[in-house]
Amino acid sequence: MIEWALGIAFTALGLALAMNLWRLFKGPDVADRILALDTMVINAIGIIVLGGIADGSGTSFEAAMLLALVGFVGTVAYCKFLLRGDIIE
Amino acid sequence: MSASVSLAELAASALIVLGAGFALIGSWGLVRLPSLMERLHGPTKASTLGLGAMLVGSIVWFQLVKGEWTTHELLVSLFLFITAPVTANMIAKVHLHRLRLGQEPGPAGSPAVPGTGGDWATYESPHEGSPGCFKED
Repeated sequence: MIEWALGIAFTALGLALAMNLWRLFKGPDVADRILALDTMVINAIGIIVLGGIADGSGTSFEAAMLLALVGFVGTVAYCKFLLRGDIIE
Repeated sequence: MSASVSLAELAASALIVLGAGFALIGSWGLVRLPSLMERLHGPTKASTLGLGAMLVGSIVWFQLVKGEWTTHELLVSLFLFITAPVTANMIAKVHLHRLRLGQEPGPAGSPAVPGTGGDWATYESPHEGSPGCFKED
């Protein structure tokens, strides 16, 4: 049962990542690309969590947590750079 | 469905599929919607909620397999629920400022000015009473 659920979920998240990549390349604005990168980070966290379930090891949540932190800081840094021309003033 | 499928496994599987579906819908909204202000809704609401469902499913699954409750997943989802509005606000501010710099507004046109008579708060310089005002320091 869980194998089927994981298969469906991995497929859905892979499709979602492909759509985010399309938006990342298409644009049209820089803000669209930042949003696409942020969504890609969220979907990648989902894939790491599902990988942890498929593994059964339970050690991948540190990686998910770190990716969540780094993704947030990265998005805010891009936005601050575009808004202020500098990241740390 | 065989008799060996327990209720907990069913719940974990349902939560995982539901969460992945929400994440897929959020990304579809990112592709499908016409302007950036609308596109912001997909990832910030649907994808974050879907990830929350997947993390709850993971908690249920590890309770089933290892027989212990874990809280790492709750930390991840709490952090994501806190940061998603902040990133959405930052991206919307970038979009508004780039529009004012003379960017093409796109097929949906410029976002409407808020109905209170003023301009968007991100355009206004700090005035008395706003958090960015340091005149009296």
